[in-house]
Amino acid sequence: MSKSNFTRRGVMKTGAAAGAALTLPTYLRADGHAGFTNAPGDSEVVLGFNVPQSGPYADEGADELRAYELAVEHINGGGDGGMLSTFSSKVLDGTGILGREVKYVTGDTQTKSDAARASARSMIEKDGAIMITGGSSSGVAVAVQALCQEAGIIFMAGLTHSNDTTGKDRKANGFRHFFNSYMTGAALAPVLAAQYGTDRKAYHLTADYNWGYTTQEAIQSSTEAMGWETVNTVLTPLTQTDFSSYIAPVLNSGADVLVLNHYGGNMINSLTNAVQFGLRDAQANGVNFEIVVPLYSELMARGAGPNIKGILGSQNWDWKLENELGAKYSGTNAFVQSFGTKYGFPPSQAAHTCYVQTLLYADAVTRAGSFAPCAIDEALSDFEFDGMGNGPTLYRGSDHQCFKDVLVVRGKENPENEFDLVEIVEVTPVEQVTYAPDHPQMGGAEASLGECNNGA
Amino acid sequence: MDQIIVQILNGLDKGSAYALIALGLTIIFGTLGVVNFAHGALFMMGAFCAVITSKILSASHKIVDETRTDFLGNPLEVDTFYVQEWFGMAAGQTIMEWAVPIAILFAVPVMILVGFAMERGLIKHFYKRPHADQILVTFGLALVIGEIIKYTFGANPIQTPAPPAFTGSLDFGVFLGFEAQTIMYPYWRLVYFFFSAMIIAGVFAFLQFTTFGMVVRAGMADRETVGLLGIDIDKRFTFMFGLAAAVAGLAGVMYAPIVAPNYSMGLDFLVLSFVVVVVGGMGSLPGAVAAGFLLGILESFASMPVVIDVLPGINQIIIYLVAIVILLTRPRGLMGRKGVMEE
Repeated sequence: MSKSNFTRRGVMKTGAAAGAALTLPTYLRADGHAGFTNAPGDSEVVLGFNVPQSGPYADEGADELRAYELAVEHINGGGDGGMLSTFSSKVLDGTGILGREVKYVTGDTQTKSDAARASARSMIEKDGAIMITGGSSSGVAVAVQALCQEAGIIFMAGLTHSNDTTGKDRKANGFRHFFNSYMTGAALAPVLAAQYGTDRKAYHLTADYNWGYTTQEAIQSSTEAMGWETVNTVLTPLTQTDFSSYIAPVLNSGADVLVLNHYGGNMINSLTNAVQFGLRDAQANGVNFEIVVPLYSELMARGAGPNIKGILGSQNWDWKLENELGAKYSGTNAFVQSFGTKYGFPPSQAAHTCYVQTLLYADAVTRAGSFAPCAIDEALSDFEFDGMGNGPTLYRGSDHQCFKDVLVVRGKENPENEFDLVEIVEVTPVEQVTYAPDHPQMGGAEASLGECNNGA
Repeated sequence: MDQIIVQILNGLDKGSAYALIALGLTIIFGTLGVVNFAHGALFMMGAFCAVITSKILSASHKIVDETRTDFLGNPLEVDTFYVQEWFGMAAGQTIMEWAVPIAILFAVPVMILVGFAMERGLIKHFYKRPHADQILVTFGLALVIGEIIKYTFGANPIQTPAPPAFTGSLDFGVFLGFEAQTIMYPYWRLVYFFFSAMIIAGVFAFLQFTTFGMVVRAGMADRETVGLLGIDIDKRFTFMFGLAAAVAGLAGVMYAPIVAPNYSMGLDFLVLSFVVVVVGGMGSLPGAVAAGFLLGILESFASMPVVIDVLPGINQIIIYLVAIVILLTRPRGLMGRKGVMEE
């Protein structure tokens, strides 16, 4: 009689081990042949575009998606090539990335951190995306960046302006081209002082999430350094639509400037309420009452309509930059031409940063000769480039933040057409917005990128 | 003192919107016994009637201006408005600027039709179903309407300004002996308050002083007996659904200059309006109106910086706290009738 080697306990042990292995996320499994997560095949490579396709920032998300599709078209050799002709690095030749055709999948962040993480996870695990990019909210960007770090995937941030993204929450696998709250404060404060004087009293209304906190901190500290006093700071719920209860007390608070640390629909509604309550026409402390919107966007300006006229803010980029300020900002017109011809209107700054991030990723992979995140980290860190619309730019290695000139803009009094909504007041040189990697607003000495993660 | 007056005024316009929506909700619940979670969507559709009217009145065609160029360097296409071609520049401009009041004429028939279609096409099939089913189907409908609006108009709020005659603020404090600029209150919010008061008075008068209203009230009290008298009460109740939709729509049209319409504004108001109905008392029209104003004013007070400093976050929960207290002390709400939702 033969004796079976199977025992009840043995079968259970084997079954449990097999079950655990099967339920383990694919990105945590060793990828022996390549040494990194989602190594592409020989013919194509998949990128994941994770943008808000629903929720309050869906309009920004739609513009980001247009830019990503245009970037893919150019990388694959389609269209007029856009910024490939102006980019200082010349390794991209329109044959995809390292000879592989670029494909993409899209996800909907819903402007919610948990939905954004679920969407990114799905693109990594099911679609085999090798890079995730996108966002229109700093809360989302920080959450997805952390996921990508854990998964061994590169995250190229889209529109995210909070200091935290490349400050206290910076990650070795994450990179940001867009500017941040600190830079807004450093660029805007001198212009505010020049326009409105140094003896001003500010009242802040601030969106109650991490972007709002860091923007308020940056504007507050930079304006106080210029001599302004902060009278009050009030947090407003992100879901608020009618700000009248918050606006009404401002006029009698002793303040003569209202700073709206709001973005998207929040900003459109709070600015509208402020104008309704007569703040634009009011006088306080013997001077005209003023309103400041630190972070501008063309889409927001369109939503705010005439209320935005004359109001100062800051931008990462503007489609008129090269026409108005010359060849230093080359790449701008090439991108506007490509985008405008394809879609019929000029690109927003959200579209610009997403397009540039995609090209920068493709370029870094090509220069590194590898899709491995740590190789890309090395290729992008301290990479200096030009011809992408912002002038000479540095991707700083210590925090993965791009350093470039920052625009101070104002709502145009007499727009010539529906796209001509903001005028460039000043371009703040990069030296003025550069800070130390261990700046207190950026998480101080404790903030660290950590180790890059290849995933496998 | 001035801050208290400011917040009372702020609460009045918000309370007006709550009261109008809650009034419609109560009419539908009182007549048809349906818990209509799509009522906020009707408010939002009203606001978008203002947006659509504004777009229709601003309809234009392009004329190529060879002397100027667009952002791509092509000859600029300039918008030329039809109303200015038809009625002259000044008159055309005035018509475009008065789009919101003009939208009332557009919104009333549209919203009554929407109400009829909603009731006949969907909700009547759920009369005999549990309230949970009614809530699910109407909430689903609200989500569908919201997504259609977002697909059509985008996610960002759309500015729909008040006519120039009503822009700016009234220096209310001067009338009360305060210094200039102490209590500023936008003209359009005053218009909204008085408009709401008129609509509420009109609905009450309609129910109180017309034969139709008397039959409806009788039907609300005892539907079966009214039916036995040979009166087709269902038809009248369907009309009341249309009327409730029109009230919500009018509330939305006039609210458009206060908060720029966007696809989610219906849901923003819906939950609070339900709390208003419950606090006022299910089925009680005066209760809905009183609770609307009460909770609107309380919400304004809770948003004052001095209050938030002492009790952070109170502005987001005050309405629910008050609802809990009122329901603990008066389980039928402020003016609730015995027997409603108690069988």
